[in-house]
Amino acid sequence: MSSHAHTGHAVVVEPSGFIRKYIFSIDHKVIGIQYFLLALTAVCVGIVLSLLMRFHLVYPGAHLPFVSGGIMTPEQYLALVTMHGTIMVFFVLTTAPQGGFGNYFLPIQIGAPDMAFPRLNMLSFWVTFLAFVAIIAAFVVPGGAPISGWTGYTPLSGMGEVTGPGEGMGQTLWIVSISLFCLASLLGALNFIATTIDLRAPGMTLFRMPLTVWGWFVTAILGLLAFGVLLAGGILLLLDRSAGTSFFLPAGLVVNDQLQPHSGGSPLLWQHLFWFFGHPEVYIAILPGMGVASHVLSTFSRKPVFGYRAMAMALCAIGFLGFMVWGHHMFLSGMSPYSGFAFSVLTMSIGVPSAIKTFNWIGTLWGGKIQFKSPMLFALGFVSLFVSGGLSGLFLAQPAVDNMLHATYYVVAHFHLVMGVAAIFGIFSATYFWFPKMFGRMMSEPLAKVHFWITFAGAYCIFMPMHFIGIAGGIRRYADATGTNYAAALQPVHVFMTYAAFITGAAQLIFLFNFFWSLKHGAVAGKNPWNATTLEWITDSPPPIDNFGGDYPSVYRGPYEFSVPGYRQDFIPQNLTPEQAALLK
Amino acid sequence: MSEAEFEGIVESRWSGGASPFAINSKKLGMWLFIVSDSLTFSALLISYAYVRLETPNWPRPFEIWPAIAKSSFMTFVLLSSSLTMVLGVNAAFRGDRKKTVRYLIATIIFGIAFVLIHATEWVTLFSEGVTPWGNPWGVPLFGGTFFGLTGLHMLHVTIGVAYLAIIAWGFGKGKYTAEHVEVSGLYWHFVDLVWMFIFPMVYLLSVNPK
Repeated sequence: MSSHAHTGHAVVVEPSGFIRKYIFSIDHKVIGIQYFLLALTAVCVGIVLSLLMRFHLVYPGAHLPFVSGGIMTPEQYLALVTMHGTIMVFFVLTTAPQGGFGNYFLPIQIGAPDMAFPRLNMLSFWVTFLAFVAIIAAFVVPGGAPISGWTGYTPLSGMGEVTGPGEGMGQTLWIVSISLFCLASLLGALNFIATTIDLRAPGMTLFRMPLTVWGWFVTAILGLLAFGVLLAGGILLLLDRSAGTSFFLPAGLVVNDQLQPHSGGSPLLWQHLFWFFGHPEVYIAILPGMGVASHVLSTFSRKPVFGYRAMAMALCAIGFLGFMVWGHHMFLSGMSPYSGFAFSVLTMSIGVPSAIKTFNWIGTLWGGKIQFKSPMLFALGFVSLFVSGGLSGLFLAQPAVDNMLHATYYVVAHFHLVMGVAAIFGIFSATYFWFPKMFGRMMSEPLAKVHFWITFAGAYCIFMPMHFIGIAGGIRRYADATGTNYAAALQPVHVFMTYAAFITGAAQLIFLFNFFWSLKHGAVAGKNPWNATTLEWITDSPPPIDNFGGDYPSVYRGPYEFSVPGYRQDFIPQNLTPEQAALLK
Repeated sequence: MSEAEFEGIVESRWSGGASPFAINSKKLGMWLFIVSDSLTFSALLISYAYVRLETPNWPRPFEIWPAIAKSSFMTFVLLSSSLTMVLGVNAAFRGDRKKTVRYLIATIIFGIAFVLIHATEWVTLFSEGVTPWGNPWGVPLFGGTFFGLTGLHMLHVTIGVAYLAIIAWGFGKGKYTAEHVEVSGLYWHFVDLVWMFIFPMVYLLSVNPK
């Protein structure tokens, strides 16, 4: 099929010199690790911000030495909300699974020497890095970080300093950062799609690709179609702020007792543009995790994925439907009941492919020889969190119920479980699974298990009570709920969640220690420590510069041939010819 | 039917020719970029339509002479550049380096002409008091959408001119293949096509009805 696949890649010479090798490298493996480290830095910042929020919710009057004025103001709390959301969604949940692991393993798993456009790949990373610098810079500019939420809702975000301290330079930097991120991501997505279509090894048909590759592939298609739209929104918002236009700003706005000069625009327009990107973005965060979970569940159950084709098709269906449901974020913004009904039905229909996936994950586990290794634990955790968080989505998909719950902690609990923590569990699973391949050493299994159990229990302790606060009417984004009677009554639950958050946050230090300690001191991994079948496990750990040392594989079978009856070995790698496999009988 | 049989049938379907998916990465990459960029422009055009429909008395200031005549001429220039681009790609595949470079230079000249005429159009509007934040007709968004849409398109044309210059230079030197020329042609035609949406939506829908 792809006879031209490897032309032009015949000789790959390892670059000499530190800068070409580790900084401005065009090797997808180095770029993958760069993305991963960027996400690791970002997630540390994001966690610290969330802990500050949790602390403030419980001790609103506490003196904090690093806050100007000593006591955190509501605006500063909103800045924390905004920056936590932005950094986590863009620079962690989008960057780590796709930019990090996708970059590293997509080419290897399809038997390619690199991405289709290595230089473009490097460009994508460095533009993403610039975007990260811009968003971090928002902390230190005059006025501080923006306060309009990770959704950057207009008119708050469109008018400059008059709407709040962070809405000057900080908000501008936010828009610049997000626009750069869009540009980098859509170039990256283009690269992923071209690589998957054009560079597959001989015999690697679409339905022989590992489900991880399917996950990255569908995610890339979503990214290609979604980021361009947010880019357009970003351009218009920047014009509103700096060129005085009024795309998103209606007439007659009075802010802080000043009549604003804008007229004619519509804040709803921003919401449409944002959520047309924003909903697919949710799947951009979670689909790679679904791929990893399927892959890992199969490997550690020593069983083929149950319903492989249905799994691939369900990924496509989720991606497709993901573009038609953005309106369910806007039930509260006011829309025709007919639109609301359509968005509601379409949203609930996503439950069908999601249920297919969950059913098949359980089917994969059923009757397997399950090995509770750390990647497996996190993959099981992923399924658990995805189901727990996903079920509450069915309630929120009803406009009538959503009107009650939308401004409360119920929504916060829902999306943290289903896209936040679940995706993070996917990332952890991928890290423990592929660390041996990336760095040639195993991570400590006992430490990983401690890390898993604290994080798993912690995630539920933080976010399950949050549902009840939401149902009881606890309003999200409020800096201090102790001033009103009904909300103050919920305070003990907040205290419990804050303790859980600090313990869970501390447990991540175990992961960090395990990661960096194992780089030097972990047991040497060898080529295939998990007895897995896909192409990344037939090459060295870490793989050589051209991935396969010049010996490019051909593919003769599907990706999950575990425990095939009649064979002595319980896994058959994808590159074994029928003759080679017959020797294993 | 087993999977192998199924794949055998699919393979035999293409046996009369190349599989439609067997295009090389460069061309595929450009097509994908075009998909993404067309979504960016769609979002802008839909935003324009949205605010225009929301505004009861959207101004329609363009007179047939000179504004529409001028923009029609610009359209003609851009279409001509697409023609020379097609001829350039054709010459490149025939292996005629000299002719290819000549056609590419013609395309570049048309592109620059488009940008320059458009710039005079902007200057005229500025002098009439039309800016991104206001205009004499009282609907500030008219200027915002006009300059936003045409500005982004102009940026694309300018980038395209630079892109074609690099390709023409490299193809003349023998560094690039006909494939490179064809891929740059894809981009150029796309930019041309975008104008075919902007021209009616921004200019023709705003012709002065009197």
